[in-house]
Amino acid sequence: MREQLERIRLQAADELQGVEGTEALQDWRVRYLGKKGELTQILRGMGAVPAEERPAMGALVNEVRAAIEFMLEEKSRQLKEKEKQARLASESIDITLPGQVALVGSKHPLTLVIDEIKQIFLGMGYEIAEGPEVETDYYNFEALNLPQDHPARDMQDSFYITPDILLRTHTSPVQIRAMERIRPQLPVKVICPGRVFRRDDDATHSPMFHQVEGLVVDKSITFGDLRGTLLTFARQMFGPEREIRLRPSFFPFTEPSAEVDISCGCGGSGCRVCKGTGWLEILGSGMVHPNVLKYGGYDPQEVTGFAFGMGVERIAMLKYGIDDMRLLYENDMRFLSQF
Amino acid sequence: MRVSMEWLGEYVKPGMEAADLGEKLTRSGIAVENVLCRDAGLDQIIVGHIDAIEKHPEADRLWVCTVNTGERQYTVVTGAQNVRQGHKVPVALPGAKLPNGTEIGEAAFRGIKSSGMLCSAEELALEEKTISPEDREGILILDKDAQVGQPIAQALGLDVPILELELTPNRADCLAVINVAREVSAITGQPLQLPDVKVVEKGKGRTEEQVKVTIEDSDLCGRYAARLFTNLRPGPSPFWMQRRLQAAGMRPINNIVDITNYVMLEMNHPLHAFDYHTVKDGHIVVRRARAGEKLVTLDGQERELNSENLVIADPEKAIALAGVMGGLDTEITEKTTTILLEAAHFYPASVRRTARQVGLRSEASQRFEKGVNIDTVKLAMDRAAELVAQLGVADVVPGYVDNYLRPMEPTKVPFRASRINALLGTTIHPEQMEDIFQRLQFPVQWEEVAEGEQGGAGIVVAPTYRPDIQGEHDLAEEVARLYGYDRIPTTLPQGKTTVGQRTWPQTVREKIIDTLVGSGFREVVTFSFINPRHLDRLVIPTDDHLRQVIPVQNPLSEEQGILRPTIIPGLLEVAARNASRRIPDLAIFELGGTFLPKALPLKELPDEAWKVSALVMGAAPVHWSGKPQPYDFYFLKGIIEKLLTALKIEGVTWSRETELSYLHPGRSARLQIVQDGMVFDLGYMGEVHPDVREAYDLVARPVVMELDLSALTLLARAKGDYRPLHRFPSTDRDMAMVLPIDVPVGQVEAVIAEVGGDLLERWRLFDVYQGNQISAGFRSLAYTLRYQAPNRTLTDEEVNHAHESIKKALIERLGAQFR
Repeated sequence: MREQLERIRLQAADELQGVEGTEALQDWRVRYLGKKGELTQILRGMGAVPAEERPAMGALVNEVRAAIEFMLEEKSRQLKEKEKQARLASESIDITLPGQVALVGSKHPLTLVIDEIKQIFLGMGYEIAEGPEVETDYYNFEALNLPQDHPARDMQDSFYITPDILLRTHTSPVQIRAMERIRPQLPVKVICPGRVFRRDDDATHSPMFHQVEGLVVDKSITFGDLRGTLLTFARQMFGPEREIRLRPSFFPFTEPSAEVDISCGCGGSGCRVCKGTGWLEILGSGMVHPNVLKYGGYDPQEVTGFAFGMGVERIAMLKYGIDDMRLLYENDMRFLSQF
Repeated sequence: MRVSMEWLGEYVKPGMEAADLGEKLTRSGIAVENVLCRDAGLDQIIVGHIDAIEKHPEADRLWVCTVNTGERQYTVVTGAQNVRQGHKVPVALPGAKLPNGTEIGEAAFRGIKSSGMLCSAEELALEEKTISPEDREGILILDKDAQVGQPIAQALGLDVPILELELTPNRADCLAVINVAREVSAITGQPLQLPDVKVVEKGKGRTEEQVKVTIEDSDLCGRYAARLFTNLRPGPSPFWMQRRLQAAGMRPINNIVDITNYVMLEMNHPLHAFDYHTVKDGHIVVRRARAGEKLVTLDGQERELNSENLVIADPEKAIALAGVMGGLDTEITEKTTTILLEAAHFYPASVRRTARQVGLRSEASQRFEKGVNIDTVKLAMDRAAELVAQLGVADVVPGYVDNYLRPMEPTKVPFRASRINALLGTTIHPEQMEDIFQRLQFPVQWEEVAEGEQGGAGIVVAPTYRPDIQGEHDLAEEVARLYGYDRIPTTLPQGKTTVGQRTWPQTVREKIIDTLVGSGFREVVTFSFINPRHLDRLVIPTDDHLRQVIPVQNPLSEEQGILRPTIIPGLLEVAARNASRRIPDLAIFELGGTFLPKALPLKELPDEAWKVSALVMGAAPVHWSGKPQPYDFYFLKGIIEKLLTALKIEGVTWSRETELSYLHPGRSARLQIVQDGMVFDLGYMGEVHPDVREAYDLVARPVVMELDLSALTLLARAKGDYRPLHRFPSTDRDMAMVLPIDVPVGQVEAVIAEVGGDLLERWRLFDVYQGNQISAGFRSLAYTLRYQAPNRTLTDEEVNHAHESIKKALIERLGAQFR
């Protein structure tokens, strides 16, 4: 009987080698552990075993049963694992097929640039001021030290609605509106982004374009402060390695006035963008003219201020390398989708 | 303004190359746009003498020239017909490369070898405007005195660099070469040598006896001076003068015209020469034109004048448009023997108006517009007289007339050095400031230093040629620019800390943009003005209030004809443009102003109503797994709902929009909110009317919206209301009903909400069906309703009761059928 048990164990192990799949395993289990299985047959024959040998023989039967059950468990685990692997393999997909379409929108590049400028100046404690696109002659010219017949009015050919009402030619009228609103408090620290309009329409001029105006008025604001503010702006906008250069210029609403150049990204080695000069003209600026402070309701003996204005289109073109300004207004989806 | 380095050198020696001087001038406020060199490509082109010329034996139109260059003779074949023996001409030697790139070598013309080429003005790249029409034809015939063998650039004065100035309006003084010289002297510290004008007069009689000047309208003319020149000897002006005029971009004409132009350039004083004998009684009257008065100007055109125009007249009639153009009748002709030279000052704005009115912007008028110095009128006149005598052009009659009604007082500008430093943020010593003023030739009187006044104060007497110097701030700029803008320290504003933050409307706007961009919309920017024809394309009835638009008085074209009353046409145009470029699917939006007049014509500024407008057309991008999401009414409605959720705006009612001509009447909606008995109009959305679609050439069906930003801003909330989460389980029940199609879902849901009451937590419409199993004119709606109470678990009875009550109400009120 002992031999018989040993044979069963070996035979079971041997047969199990050949078992593939859960069904075959089930057959195998029935053959060895089932009610009519070989081990059960043995147990039925226990009656023939002498009583004194029964405990030892019983233990042996249990041992063999445990061994077979262990084999079963092990085999079953293996088979499940195999089946799982097979299932996973069968579930494989083409991961190079495109994903579900998520709708992607975009801000207009001009908005992106204005946002960036706003963010820089909000960080420096400026508020964002606004003014109407349709302005009075008073705010657009007169209060900015541009009386009737001033030759500098020639610089800005305007779209008129009535003799006294026009489309603003610059964002500078917001300087006056901001001062009127804030006076007599100090400081005035505002930027004003917005649309402006001039009677020009060619490859490099659009009848409508965008500017951002800046104004600071306080006790003891200096030309040096203007320089420092613009340098900070230029470096945040274009990169920490940039330098600025101020050139004397003329605006009726500032004195002294300066055109501001920023060093070109080419590092002065000369490129198409800066036409080999190493410098890019990006904005106009200056110390607020005493007459303008007066129009704004401040005493020029008590306070000083600086103002600056920049063209958003130009900055957008420089920043993104856009070569034709008209693209900004064509609103071609192939263009807009790049921003 | 163009200034040749050679001319400048007569007054000041800058001691540096043109490019360096240009840079220095630019950095100190006189922008040099360009340093023009006119001698590029003129190497190996020299002055040659035509020793002999004969017809080419084999060709009728060719000439064979023997050209002497001093060192040797060349045989040169030319096709030009204007060359004669004894002429001096530019000859390009073999090896020369012309400005236009042509390489000159030796070539045979019908058997005769030509070494080199004779050149025309064009081949030398001479500026057309500086060359007389005769000189533009054929080979350029050089001056008799030209030096044979000399490089042509030198012979024509083309080797002199020219500074091209881009002057700002405050520095019109630099339209005078002598004032540019002053500037160069100030920035380089080099001494200045200005012309010392001495007039040599000749003959008997005096100008004062023969010329009378009456200024009637002194508000438009502050000074009028005149001189007489007799025994006029017309001829060309000297070579050096011609070269300087050409360098400045002007064409030499004859000695007297050239002298007036020369003085105009030198001193920025336009002068005018009349034929004295055509001026009746030698009497000049400066007055406003009479209404309807006519004048034939130099260009032969008859001009009708009005009382805005200032004219120069004799006792009978107008003879010139003051500062703008002379009259034909008093023009200098070959018969002229005596010249009346005018030097005057006219009010800039008047000259500008007249020049615009008659459409003439002459060199003279532009200078008067920008402002000439009234104080140096006589100096300019005398300078011309000096040159007239010196060059033997005519005899200068002794004496002159000078009507100078209110002699100009130089402006005295008080300043404080401390204040200038405070404005600039510098610590420039008063002595340094004094040095700067001296270099500028601004006389300074220092005040006795008062106690407590740091660094001194004084008065600067601004020269009359610098009318831009009016206040301390102007002196600050002079100090700053000559001290050097780059030497000013870089600082940041001190003072109170300020918080940079967006206003609520700005915050709302950004939230809207972010939501739309996050939903797949692309932002567009279209113009605030539109073509008025858009109103027709939108089929807006002629009496509609949307026709009350604000016209632009002086548009460049119809495209800027009116201010937009709505952004929709701009979006339709963008859609059409993209569709024509084979981009038929898009979702776009714009945020911006629309313009509505309070009354027309405009008496006050219009309302600028900001709108957020969007357009969708076509479908979302196709995915291989299924059908694309169509960009239809319900897509855009979903976006609006998302927008309202983002802004925490609740309680919007959707009603049919029937007013707007450009929307599909069955597929458009108006959004309103009733709050505290007030109705807030949020705007509208809808499919574009088929007629409008056709007008914009659109095949697809665009859906648009336009929402009012001020309403959205008013109703939007920064934070929502928190409600504790329900702890007790909820129960979901479905219901499917069949209803007539014309019962709107809005009504169904109103009943559900009302009857469901507090126990109804929410409902979802999950299916809408119309078709086979449903009778025509009906549709099936399927809802899931969730029941929940905040304080207990609902029993089946409670839920059943609530659910059945809703069904009952739907049956009774709307005729719903349940299966």
